[in-house]
Amino acid sequence: MSAATRDPAPARIALVLLAAALAVAVFLLPLAAVLAEALRRGWEPAWSAISDPDSLAAIRLTLLVASISVPVNTVGGVAAAWAIAKCDFAGKRLLTTLIELPFSVSPVISGLVYVLLFGAQGYLGPWLRAQGIEIIFALPGLVLATVFVTFPFVARTLIPLMQEQGREEEEAAATLGAGGWQIFRRVTLPNVKWALLAGVLLCNARAMGEFGAVSVVSGHIRGQTNTMPLHVEILYNEYMFVGAFAVAALLALLGVVTLAAKTLLEMLTSRRIGEHV
Amino acid sequence: MSVEMEGIVRRFAGTTALDGVSLTLKAGEFAALLGPSGSGKTTLLRILAGLDFPDAGRVRIAGVDLAGVPARQRGVGVVFQHYALFRHMTIAENVAFGLRVRPRRQRPSEAEIARRVATLLELVQIPDLAARYPDQVSGGQRQRVALARALAIEPSLLLLDEPFGALDALVRKEVRRWVRGLHDRLGITSVLVTHDQDEAMELADRIAVMDRGRIVQFGTPRALLDDPATAFVAGFIGEANRLRGEVRGGWLQIRDLPVPAVRVAVGDGSAEVFVRPEDLVVEASTGCDGGVEVALVRAERSRTRVVLRCGAAMLDGVSDHPDDQVAPGMRVGVALRRLTVFGAEGLHETVLPTRGTVRFTEGAAT
Amino acid sequence: MSASAAIAPRSARRRQALPGLGLTLGVTFAWLGAIVIVPLAALALKPWELGVAGVVAALAEPRVLAAFRMSFGGALAAALASVPVGLLFAWVITRYRFPGRRVLDALIDLPFALPTAVAGLALTALFASNGWLGAPIEALTGWKVAYTPAGVIVALFFVALPFMVRTVEPVLRDLPLDTEEAAATLGATRLQTIRRVVLPALAPAMLTGFGLGFARAVGEYGSVIFIAGNMPMISEIAPLLIVVKLEQFSYAAAAAIGLAMLVLSFAILLLLNLWQRRLRRGLG
Repeated sequence: MSAATRDPAPARIALVLLAAALAVAVFLLPLAAVLAEALRRGWEPAWSAISDPDSLAAIRLTLLVASISVPVNTVGGVAAAWAIAKCDFAGKRLLTTLIELPFSVSPVISGLVYVLLFGAQGYLGPWLRAQGIEIIFALPGLVLATVFVTFPFVARTLIPLMQEQGREEEEAAATLGAGGWQIFRRVTLPNVKWALLAGVLLCNARAMGEFGAVSVVSGHIRGQTNTMPLHVEILYNEYMFVGAFAVAALLALLGVVTLAAKTLLEMLTSRRIGEHV
Repeated sequence: MSVEMEGIVRRFAGTTALDGVSLTLKAGEFAALLGPSGSGKTTLLRILAGLDFPDAGRVRIAGVDLAGVPARQRGVGVVFQHYALFRHMTIAENVAFGLRVRPRRQRPSEAEIARRVATLLELVQIPDLAARYPDQVSGGQRQRVALARALAIEPSLLLLDEPFGALDALVRKEVRRWVRGLHDRLGITSVLVTHDQDEAMELADRIAVMDRGRIVQFGTPRALLDDPATAFVAGFIGEANRLRGEVRGGWLQIRDLPVPAVRVAVGDGSAEVFVRPEDLVVEASTGCDGGVEVALVRAERSRTRVVLRCGAAMLDGVSDHPDDQVAPGMRVGVALRRLTVFGAEGLHETVLPTRGTVRFTEGAAT
Repeated sequence: MSASAAIAPRSARRRQALPGLGLTLGVTFAWLGAIVIVPLAALALKPWELGVAGVVAALAEPRVLAAFRMSFGGALAAALASVPVGLLFAWVITRYRFPGRRVLDALIDLPFALPTAVAGLALTALFASNGWLGAPIEALTGWKVAYTPAGVIVALFFVALPFMVRTVEPVLRDLPLDTEEAAATLGATRLQTIRRVVLPALAPAMLTGFGLGFARAVGEYGSVIFIAGNMPMISEIAPLLIVVKLEQFSYAAAAAIGLAMLVLSFAILLLLNLWQRRLRRGLG
């Protein structure tokens, strides 16, 4: 940076200090507050709150929901990215917009739409009830709402990267006799694996941490349809603050680990992954 | 193997990239598709490779119609413009790729693959680089890898898409000769796409000049230089002065040179005249005033290049006279040794006047 | 019929150089249709069970109007506040080298990665009357943050901030330094250069970041409901009202609120988009 574009030292120092102070207030203090509240009465109560059967059930359910939603969105995202980045068809921009649509929809609306479809007064609700199929206030509803809110993550991380990488390597592979699956597995996948991993991690973090959408479809049946974030809310509303913050701290850890992994992957691939998500 | 293309049409949204292209290549021939960017040459190459498909027309390789055959089944080797090496594979793995993706029954054993890769790397003279990754070798070496990879599938046809564009000028010349030598040894029918006429002239047996989705001329480098079929070819191949003229009653009057008419066979109407610099020769006749003035002089080894001002036009020519007779500001006469005129209705003629020249001096033309 | 027409390929669909379009597009449409399109269509249809007058009545309820004011007004305030702060973060991490820069860079994404309920809980603890920030603020100014509209704006700011940083940052990084050098050689002071050269170049990105942050903040739920206090007419947000209507089994009214939120925020995004396009054209 030349002298002409360098800000005077006092200004630089002041701006960095201001940014650091704001970062502490906006990002670090909230994390610290969660931890402090969780450990207000020491490790013991915090640990027992987490190992409580209802908490464990919430953790299991969260893992189960994520283990269904994330693969669904990974397969869908990879398919969409292949079609958009490696093939030609009309309406690509529209398709991309539709894929990103769930990001601009309120989480509550993301849950609401499934209630409108499958709820007691929903379009398909009465028929499903007659068949004995439960979706709302049950696992399928939680999964659907979670898939909706985490829908774009994988596609969004892959599409720009795959477009940037172009099709030459894939075309070269085709002229050398490789079939579609061989091209994907041997040429495309190795080139996008880190970005794909980052997309999956972000998708997973959101899937495990989603609150609004699952709140609408869950019915909050303790031990049955309560995911971890919903469990936090229930504990909080029942003034079991240590328990609420202890489970919240566990979720915060998930967020911090995801963030660290994403930063690491960004350093590995020296590019930003999944902006604005 | 021979290659036949017949009436190939390819349209993209709003534009016609290929407008009825027909071309037949002999087995073992090295052909070049030469044209400015946007002339359709890369599209034609992609259609040969099976990476694009024509809206109309046929492609046959060794007599087999390839209309429904996708790239993976064509056995056409392609060296891509930026090589398109697999960046996460070593050079040996890159070369082995085409063998490894074969259906199990046709796949050679790993030992056989290793042997073939070694032979190919030997052939392209980079046997020591097998374990390196593409980003660890130079541009020229990458190009050799791309070639070895394409040759690994024993292609019936080898396509080269601007393969020298990414190399710096010094390496380019050397690699060019090496590629031609390799072609002569292997005898694979090859098609080179390029916008660089030097490249095409040096490498190809025959050159197809493309302009706006059509092949305007297909012939040997010599034929393109000596007998260009269209004004586009005359202007595109080699250096040429482009002059405007008018043909009336079989006489060509060149508008930009204040000289009398020349006898030509093309029909009446406006005409374009091309004169190569080496055919525009200064006649240092002092005192002559044909309105031609020397503007610039540049010495070269055997002769002198001159730029002549003639009204508003600036023309390139040569002079064999001592420098003191041809210097900037002097008025001189000129002689044309050869010119090509394109007249009405696309008729053209290369005029080789008696005794090798047409003189434009005072008085009538010979 | 001409000869060329006779040999034209019969299939109307273009063949692809690379395989897999049919399969991947099929998977994409199945995935998109089942998860996004059909459910959103249900949202678009459901409100009209009330009839047009019924929809208008549902939306004109004072409590609904107040919630819309809170959500949209709060999101607007939060997105506005994110402009200077986001600019500061983007400027510092792209232009300066200092210890901890990478950590700061990574922390900015925290609101993306932190579950919203955790963020809501954390901010509530922080800004409550006895919280680390809430207590001094109340002591100094007498203002309460938690359980008031101010709390809502704080939570929405937390959510909107990373959008601003992450849209401005790449543009700032790619801004050629030589234009700033040129401004300096023409006699501009550093501040003049920043105000007249740098900021106008960043304006379209700032607008994009503003729009993204605003859109996210309008629909935010988890971070807000803990700190908001959720008092009807005062600090109740529109998404919460949807939950309330659902609990009363007023599906159509809930859908009407949801649809209105979507339409309104898309309209605002469209306006921002048009404004941004004009800005870009101004930049050449």
